[in-house]
Amino acid sequence: MATARFASFRLIAEDLSLERGGRKLLAHVDLALESGQALAITGANGAGKSTMLRALAGLLPPAQGRVRLVGAPDEDVASHAHYVGHLDASKPTLTARENLVFWQAMLSLREWRTALTPQDALARLGLPHVADLPVGYLSAGQKRRVGLARLLLAPRPLWLLDEPTTALDRAAQAIFAGCMRDHLAEGGIIVAATHAPLGIDAQHLELGAPQAALAAPQAALT
Amino acid sequence: MKRTGPLAALFLREIRVARRIGGGGAMGVMFFLALVTIVPFAVGPDLNLLSRIGPAILWIAALLATLLGLDRLFQADHEDGSLDLLLSADTPLELVVLVKCLAHWTATGLPLVVAAPLFGFMLAQEPAAMAALAVSLLVGTPALAMIGAIGAALTVTLRRGGLLMAILILPLAIPILIFGVSAASAATSATTPFVTPFLILCALSLAALALAPFAAAAALRHMSE
Amino acid sequence: MLKYANPTLFLGLVSRVWPWLAGLSALALAIGLWGAFFSAPPDYQQGQTVRIMYIHVPAAWLSMFCYAAMTASALGTLVWRHPLADAAQKAAAPIGAVFTFICLVTGSLWGKPMWGTWWVWDARLTSVLILFVIYLGLIALWRTIEDPSRAARAAAILTLVGVVNLPIIKFSVDWWNTLHQPASVFRLGGPTIAPSMLWPLLVMALAFTLIFTTLHLLATRNEILRRRVRRLSIQAAAAGHAPEAPAHRLTPTRVSS
Repeated sequence: MATARFASFRLIAEDLSLERGGRKLLAHVDLALESGQALAITGANGAGKSTMLRALAGLLPPAQGRVRLVGAPDEDVASHAHYVGHLDASKPTLTARENLVFWQAMLSLREWRTALTPQDALARLGLPHVADLPVGYLSAGQKRRVGLARLLLAPRPLWLLDEPTTALDRAAQAIFAGCMRDHLAEGGIIVAATHAPLGIDAQHLELGAPQAALAAPQAALT
Repeated sequence: MKRTGPLAALFLREIRVARRIGGGGAMGVMFFLALVTIVPFAVGPDLNLLSRIGPAILWIAALLATLLGLDRLFQADHEDGSLDLLLSADTPLELVVLVKCLAHWTATGLPLVVAAPLFGFMLAQEPAAMAALAVSLLVGTPALAMIGAIGAALTVTLRRGGLLMAILILPLAIPILIFGVSAASAATSATTPFVTPFLILCALSLAALALAPFAAAAALRHMSE
Repeated sequence: MLKYANPTLFLGLVSRVWPWLAGLSALALAIGLWGAFFSAPPDYQQGQTVRIMYIHVPAAWLSMFCYAAMTASALGTLVWRHPLADAAQKAAAPIGAVFTFICLVTGSLWGKPMWGTWWVWDARLTSVLILFVIYLGLIALWRTIEDPSRAARAAAILTLVGVVNLPIIKFSVDWWNTLHQPASVFRLGGPTIAPSMLWPLLVMALAFTLIFTTLHLLATRNEILRRRVRRLSIQAAAAGHAPEAPAHRLTPTRVSS
C-alpha cells in the first residue's frame, strides 16, 4: 500500500494574491510542495485560510498570480485535487454508501483503478456499520468521516483540507492522521487549514492579519 | 469493480433525492390537481368556458409547478457543499447542468405530462385535445426546466430566491407558453393548424436544451466563486 | 477613448463633460418640445393627440437603445471583467426601465382616444411590457445579490440571455397577436410622415438620447463612488477600528481626493 502510487507531483503557487469582497486577504505568496510533503496553514479567523484553499482548488480565481500542479495534464490543479470544505457534500436522505458511490463515479480519474470501495473506505475510517444508513441519521463526527471517505475512494494526488478534523473525536483524529500519512507515503501532497495539530509532519504557513491598505483607493473599485 | 459513468451516477442520485424528499413527482401532480380544482371557483363551472380555456389552465399550472420546484435545483447542492465538487469535477459543468435538469424533469415534469389527460377530463377536454395537450406538454416542459435552470443558477446563493427567480424567468418563458397553448388548443379549433405551433415549440425546446446549459453553467461558475 | 476605461480618469471626464451635456439636452428638449407642441401641425385624422407621439416614439427608441448599451456593458463585464462595465450596466437599468415606463404610459394615454381603451394586448404594447418586466427583473437581481461584482456578473448573464430571447419573444408575441385578433389599428399617421412632423420627432429623439447619456454618465459616476465608499468601509472594518465618521457620511469628494 505504501508504494508510490502517484508519480512525482509539484504544487506551485506563484505570486498569489487573493481578494474577497473587496478585501485584500493575501499578497504575493509563493508556495512549492513536492510529492510526499504536507503544509499546515494557520492563522486567525478571517486571515484567509479558507479563501487560500479555495484558490488552490481553483474555485476562486486569484486576483494575481497562478497555481499549477506540475505532473498533471495541463498542470491543472482542480481535476487532480480533492477539496474538502466545511461542508460534507452529502445528501442527508441518501445512505452513506449511495453518497460515496456517487462521488466515486464523479471524482474518479480514469488512469487510476486501484481505489477502495465505499464499504472499505468507511471501514478504514472506523465506520463499517453505517454504510446503509441515511447520512441524516449520523452524528456530526460521523458525517465528517463520510465526507472524508471521499478522499480514499477516488485517488487524487493533492488533498486540500479545510479544518478536516473539526467534529472528530480523538480516536477518529488518529485514524485520519493515519490516512494522511499513508497518502503522503504514496507520494501525495496535503495542504490543510487548521487550528488543531494534524498529527503528521508538515511545513507550516501562518497567515497574518488581513491587510487593510487604506491607501490608494483608486486602485480598483470592486 | 463495476463503475457507472459520472453522468449516470448523477442522474441516479438526483432521482433518488427527488423520490425521498416529498415523493418526487407526486408533489407536482398534487399541486397540479390543486390548481385545476380552484380554477372553476374563479371562472365559474360553465363547461363550455372551461373546455375553451382548459389547455391554457393546464399549461399555466405546468409552468408554475415546474418553476416552484426549480429554485432548489442548485441551491441544495450549494448549501451542502456538493456544488464546489461538481464545479471542480472533470465532467463539464454544462453536462452536469443538463443531466440535473433532465433528472428534475423526469421526477417532476414527466408525471405532469402523464397526469395532464386526467385533468383534461375535469376541464371538459375532448380526446383529441387531450392528446394534443399531453404531446405539447411533453415537448414544452423540458424547455421550461432548462430556462428555469438559468434562473436557479443566478439565484443559487440567495436564501429566498424563489420569488426573484419567478420574476426573472417568467418573461423568458412566454414564447414556450404561447406556442404550447396554441398547439394544445389547435386540436379543437378549426382555424389554426396543430403542426405549425407544435413544430415551433419543438424548435424552441431544442434551442433551450442546447443553449440554456451554457448560460446556467456560466452563472453557476460566477455565482459560487 | 480606451484610457477612460480607468475609473479615475472616467470620473474626471464625467465632471468635465456633464454640464455641457446637460445644457445640450435642455436646448434640444426645448427646441423639440416647441416643435412638437407649436410648430408641427395636428394630424388630419388623430388631431391634437398625435402630439403624444413626440414623447412616445423617442421613449420607445431609448428603451431599446438602453438595452443595447447594457448588452455592450454585459460583454465588458463577462469578457474583460472590467469594473467600469459593471457600474455602467447597473446604472443603465433603472434609466432604461423609466424610458420603457414612459413609453407604456404615453402609449396608454394615446390608446384611450385612438382605441377607446387604456390598454389593448397589441403586439407592440405587449412586447414593450415584457421588456419592462425584464428591466425590473434585472434591477431586482441587482438589489438582491449583496456582493457588487457577483451581482454584476449575474445581471450580465441575464442581460445576454435576454438579448437572445428578445427577438424570440417579439416573434412569439407577433404570432400570438395575429392568432388572436386582426391586425392592429395602430398606425403612424399614414405610410409617410410629413417633414413638418418629422423634424420635431428627430429633435426629440436627439434630446432623449442626450438626456440618457447625461443621466447614464452621472449614474455610473455615483455607482463608482458608492463602491469606493463600500470598499473603504470594509477595509476600515478589517483594519479593526471604526471609520472616523459613520459610513454614510463618507462623502464622495472626500473619498476620491
